[in-house]
Amino acid sequence: MSDLPFILFSLVAACAALMVVTRAVPVHALLYLVVLLLSLAGVFQALGAPFAAMLEIIIYAGAVMVLFVFVVMMLNLGRTDRDRERHWMAPGIWIGPAILSCLLLAALCITLRAMPPTAAPDTLVSIGPQAVGIMLYGPYVLSVELASFLLLAGLVSAFHIGRNIRGTGAATGEA
Amino acid sequence: MTAPMPVIIGVTLAVLLGLATFLTWFERRLLGLWQDRYGPNRVGPGGILQAVADGIKILFKQDWIPPFADRGVFVLAPAIGMMTVLLSFGVVPVTAFWSIAGNLNVGLLFVLAMMGMGVYGVVLAGWASNSKYALLGGMRAAAQMISYEVFMGLSVLGVVMQTGSFTMRDIVLAQSGLWFIVPQVLGCVVFTLAGVAETHRLPFDLPEGENELGAGFHTEYSGMKFGMFFLAEYAGVVLISALLVTLYLGGWQGPLLPPALWFGLKTGALVCLFILLRAALPRPRYDQLMALGWKILLPLSLLNIAATGAILLLHAPG
Amino acid sequence: MFGILRTLWLTFLHMGHRRVTVGYPEHKPPLPPRYRGRIILSRDPDGMERCVACNLCAVACPVDCISLQKAEQDGRWYPDYFRINFSRCIFCGMCEEACPTYAIQLIPDFEMSEYLRPNLVYEKEDLLISGTGKYPDYSFFRVAGVKIPGKDKGEAEREAPPVDIHTLLP
Ligand code: SF4
Ligand code: SF4
Repeated sequence: MSDLPFILFSLVAACAALMVVTRAVPVHALLYLVVLLLSLAGVFQALGAPFAAMLEIIIYAGAVMVLFVFVVMMLNLGRTDRDRERHWMAPGIWIGPAILSCLLLAALCITLRAMPPTAAPDTLVSIGPQAVGIMLYGPYVLSVELASFLLLAGLVSAFHIGRNIRGTGAATGEA
Repeated sequence: MTAPMPVIIGVTLAVLLGLATFLTWFERRLLGLWQDRYGPNRVGPGGILQAVADGIKILFKQDWIPPFADRGVFVLAPAIGMMTVLLSFGVVPVTAFWSIAGNLNVGLLFVLAMMGMGVYGVVLAGWASNSKYALLGGMRAAAQMISYEVFMGLSVLGVVMQTGSFTMRDIVLAQSGLWFIVPQVLGCVVFTLAGVAETHRLPFDLPEGENELGAGFHTEYSGMKFGMFFLAEYAGVVLISALLVTLYLGGWQGPLLPPALWFGLKTGALVCLFILLRAALPRPRYDQLMALGWKILLPLSLLNIAATGAILLLHAPG
Repeated sequence: MFGILRTLWLTFLHMGHRRVTVGYPEHKPPLPPRYRGRIILSRDPDGMERCVACNLCAVACPVDCISLQKAEQDGRWYPDYFRINFSRCIFCGMCEEACPTYAIQLIPDFEMSEYLRPNLVYEKEDLLISGTGKYPDYSFFRVAGVKIPGKDKGEAEREAPPVDIHTLLP
């Protein structure tokens, strides 16, 4: 029953995802999103990729979601927003996308069924950080470089936006 | 020699919680010593039972949840803060045979991940309290802890590069010749500073900032929920000290004395250093804190990584 | 950077310094004689009450915690009752400054806690001591020109006899 952790984590993930979309208070939704990400990390771990699991927690759950929470805290949402959010939960709004998504799921299941079953590896091999690194800087070095270009561009533009334009008060850094 | 896992977990947990409680007293005594006064010295021999008295007091205090707070999150937040710290201890190898998961191949990353999650304890406490001071404290905590997490992660990379592994036990074993504090002195300094900021201890305790924010993120907390934040802070101090020992000070290794004792001694000395920092240094302004992080620590840690990489490449066999 | 390290080191060195605080109930801190603590009413060298119930202290008190009532006997004024509410007193010493007869004095004693607040209201019996306090030789009625039994007008120290208005001779 080595599939048990995987199934448990997936179940938690699915439930958390459902909660994310149905919460009216944004911070609660974000919390469920964090739980979702954590359970995804669990899924990664169960699939034998601890490195990816840890990165998932550090970057997504630990950093990105905190920033989300941070922004929501700054927005200072009150009761009115909560009520409006409830209003958006009306069945008329979500029923269409939900049906379409179900159709998509069905199609996915059917196509997956139709595919010839690949031979599953007998034992789960855990891919450690070293292996991941060797892969990244071996066959996938091009994508690493592309990603770093993208990040550099992001960094430069962040600097540009946040720079202190003297006299215009566009951004206030420390003197 | 290896004890069964439940015993290890139980003992570690008990020692840790006991230590955190003990530290609440020890810190006050030590601060007193450094500030030419006595500190709590009444309850029990030398005042050591003060920790117990405080514990009893805090347990019997009214545990009040403000009516304007978000109940669920309000209760959850201190638990998150405590849990993440305790979980991190799982991967710290006390000795070669005494650790819960010292062999985890992503051990160091796990610690970083838990620190990342620890931010939620503070931020959510600030948000759920639904009061200005707590919110401000929570926001400061979010910005501060995310930034310093970056430097913390970057600073330990030097160690990881030298060891070639994220496993805590391998890191310790790699230091059998030379402690990493010698080649990685930059990384060690950055890690220490980031550690202080992560546990929001005194020089960097802007999320609490008593003189401007009341008590910061835990302004609205009382009773044992506040106690949890309190204990989590001290457990965090122990954690950072233990990590410093593991990463830079050769872990349990040392001559003559048994390994566990060495680990305890080193950790204890570092805890004292943390308290000394608190006794001696004033709190910086918030922008100074951020400037220190992004303008000094970030370049330093990047420099450390680059230099380590270059030297490793030069010395690489073949 | 160096400054920070120096601070750390200097603070560390404080480990060997003498403590400036004392463990209170066992070791009493030495109090200077002019320490402003519990208030007393003193007597003059003859053993009579010094207070002349002039009310100056009550007026001077910034928190209005003194209350007294004048009585008279043989030309001497004295307080019928004299009450200080120590739960209000801030030990500022204004009353002592205002007193013309050195009757009210603050002494170096501060251990006056009570479990019940009314117990902090001190009556004249609690305040009056049998000594002269800080001014052993001073006696108001010896220098003042009032007539009391045993001392007629003009018999006070450095006081000229009163002018006899019934004679026109110079
Ligand atoms: S010491 Fe000050 S407050 Fe106290 S009775 Fe005298 S004047 Fe009033
Ligand atoms: S204590 Fe002094 S100031 Fe107060 S009523 Fe008596 S004589 Fe006057």
